[in-house]
Amino acid sequence: MARKLALRDALNEAMSEEMRRDETVFLMGEEVAEYNGAYKVSKGMLDEFGPKRVIDTPIAELGFAGIGVGAAMNGLRPIVEFMTWNFAVLAFDQIVNNAAKTLSQSAGEFQCPIVFRGPSGSAGQLAQQHSQTFESWMANVPGLKVISCVDPADAKGLLKAAIRDNDPVCMMESEMMYGYEAEVPEGEYLVEIGKAAVRREGTDITLVTFNKMIFPTLEAAELLAKEGISAEVIDLRTIRPLDHKALVDSVKKTNRMVVIDESWPFAGVSAEIAYEIQKYAFDYLDAPVTRVNAADTSLPYAPTLVEAYLPNAAKIVEAAKETLYLNA
Amino acid sequence: MESGMDTATEKKKTTKSRSKKPAYSKEQYLEWYELMFRIRKFEERALMMYGQQKIRGFCHVYIGQEAVAAGMESAIRKEDAIVTAYRQHGTALGRGCDTNACMAELYGKKTGIVKGKGGSMHFFSAEHRYFGGNGIVGAQIPIGTGIAFAEKYKGTDNLCVTMFGDGAARQGALHESFNMAMAWKIPVLYIVENNGYAMGTSVERTSNVTELYKMGLAYDMPSEVVDGMSPEAVHEAVSRAAEHIRAGNGPYYLEIRTYRYKGHSVSDPAKYRTKEEVQQYKDRDPIKITEQTILDHKIATAEELKEIENKIKEEIKEAVKFAEESEFPDASALWEENYVQADYPFIKD
Ligand SMILES: Cc1ncc(C[n+]2csc(CCOP(=O)(O)OP(=O)(O)O)c2C)c(N)n1
Ligand SMILES: [Mg+2]
Repeated sequence: MARKLALRDALNEAMSEEMRRDETVFLMGEEVAEYNGAYKVSKGMLDEFGPKRVIDTPIAELGFAGIGVGAAMNGLRPIVEFMTWNFAVLAFDQIVNNAAKTLSQSAGEFQCPIVFRGPSGSAGQLAQQHSQTFESWMANVPGLKVISCVDPADAKGLLKAAIRDNDPVCMMESEMMYGYEAEVPEGEYLVEIGKAAVRREGTDITLVTFNKMIFPTLEAAELLAKEGISAEVIDLRTIRPLDHKALVDSVKKTNRMVVIDESWPFAGVSAEIAYEIQKYAFDYLDAPVTRVNAADTSLPYAPTLVEAYLPNAAKIVEAAKETLYLNA
Repeated sequence: MESGMDTATEKKKTTKSRSKKPAYSKEQYLEWYELMFRIRKFEERALMMYGQQKIRGFCHVYIGQEAVAAGMESAIRKEDAIVTAYRQHGTALGRGCDTNACMAELYGKKTGIVKGKGGSMHFFSAEHRYFGGNGIVGAQIPIGTGIAFAEKYKGTDNLCVTMFGDGAARQGALHESFNMAMAWKIPVLYIVENNGYAMGTSVERTSNVTELYKMGLAYDMPSEVVDGMSPEAVHEAVSRAAEHIRAGNGPYYLEIRTYRYKGHSVSDPAKYRTKEEVQQYKDRDPIKITEQTILDHKIATAEELKEIENKIKEEIKEAVKFAEESEFPDASALWEENYVQADYPFIKD
């Protein structure tokens, strides 16, 4: 049995179910309790779990992320919410230098089972400081796992898996997609971290993407279908570890790939995927892997500049045709 | 006998007056009135245009806090620097930034103060020594300290006013900055605009130290509380602080108690506070109180004030027209101003 649920409510269910199941799980962040979350993801959770387990913090990202790390080292399972990942930058010291390294530098004496979560990516005309994606930043760090997914059902299962995971997990959501509704199964289920999903099957070209870029990518696949081109669409869901097999298997079938990634091109997720494919599926490729990224610039406020900056269906179609050598 | 009568009339006048005796010149009062009225009308219009979706993104207004900008500007010099957070339209207008350019920025037009690149949170103007609106809470505390550091390094007697909210005061960067500023006698004036809330979180819910001026005391920094609904009070405190700083004594810290009448941003219904609380502050509205002081003490006539109001209303109308008629930046502007290097080799797949 499935029902329709918005992404924010699916995430809420994931956290609430895990908190009912495990006393050591708690939620901490700015405006998560009394305000019900800046984007209402934690709505009602203070009422159900009380202020011991749903905790409003001051604006002190470095401090409360570090408190999360310490708590995780000492037997709790914190969920640390960042209002957006842009503000988590202040906490990167604790995420990168501590959460990610606890297991290694203590040679296994201590684990750090913690979830850092919040929205990543652009969200309308919010300008330079409020529009960045952080998947590749965090995925660069050994010791961390990185999830980035806006499908409500999958996001729920992945967040539950992340909370139960004994390693630190960064979960990237989307401000613009919190209200996005889709079918979510009833009852208990987990989604395995590290597995991509095929959102549309196809034979001519593989379009790989994640987070909210799934929407322009599916739109592009539809446009391509109208021209007789069959595109396979893969939603990564997890960035680290990358589902190497799903990508290679798809290219073996389609022989062509375009990566659609809202983050910047330099040393990003798209660069990593292109490397993997040329290394492990070189003989299957009929064209170089190409990519559609955000522009290699900061994102300004004006609508014309937002339009020029972001990937969209038209840009994806063009890249796909280039890969198919169909551009005049 | 005659002089006795005079004293009697004088007495009657003062008791009748609801505000205290004016301590400043007519020009000063009218300047405050005009600036506060400009900020108020600018933002009221901005909110209206936001409703019409002409303005997008985050939009945080300063309505209720205008006396801070007014009293501060009159007490510092144009060469002094200012840096603040994203609730910054009033601060920029206080610096003398062009009303047209500020309105066009909200519209994202290329005639905007930063060519439509920053929007509501990010005005900047080197000409006005305005180092911007910062969107990362607390980031400007060390940055303002550094701007002041540079003034000292260059041997000027300018200072940098570093403004932040009560919420920002909880960032660790405040402590690091306070410490270095005191240790190195940096000419920085820290102003916390304590409007009682950081989004939906009241000051009381963020700390057991709710009197924010006390945070300076841990570093032996001169620290005071100021009534932020009064341009006179702000002016007096900032003057005192500026004098201390310019004499080479290092930083000063003012907790200016104020209030934002509207929600945190356009999207916040502000259900976390009562109507009565908001009304209490509106009763002490800085613009109304200043108007009353001016009229009660016959500093200027109602007609003179009306003239100012009409001038400002015309100015705002003109600014909206200017913004509406301006063009959006061309897509090519995306590649400009990312590097100073003109031929930087961007990745363009
Ligand atoms: C580092 C960081 N964390 C969180 C936010 C989100 N945020 C924006 S404004 C704000 C509240 C700040 O309140 P305060 O400092 O009191 O300023 P006010 O809005 O009252 O002017 C928060 C939490 C942010 N922009 N930056
Ligand atoms: Mg505040």
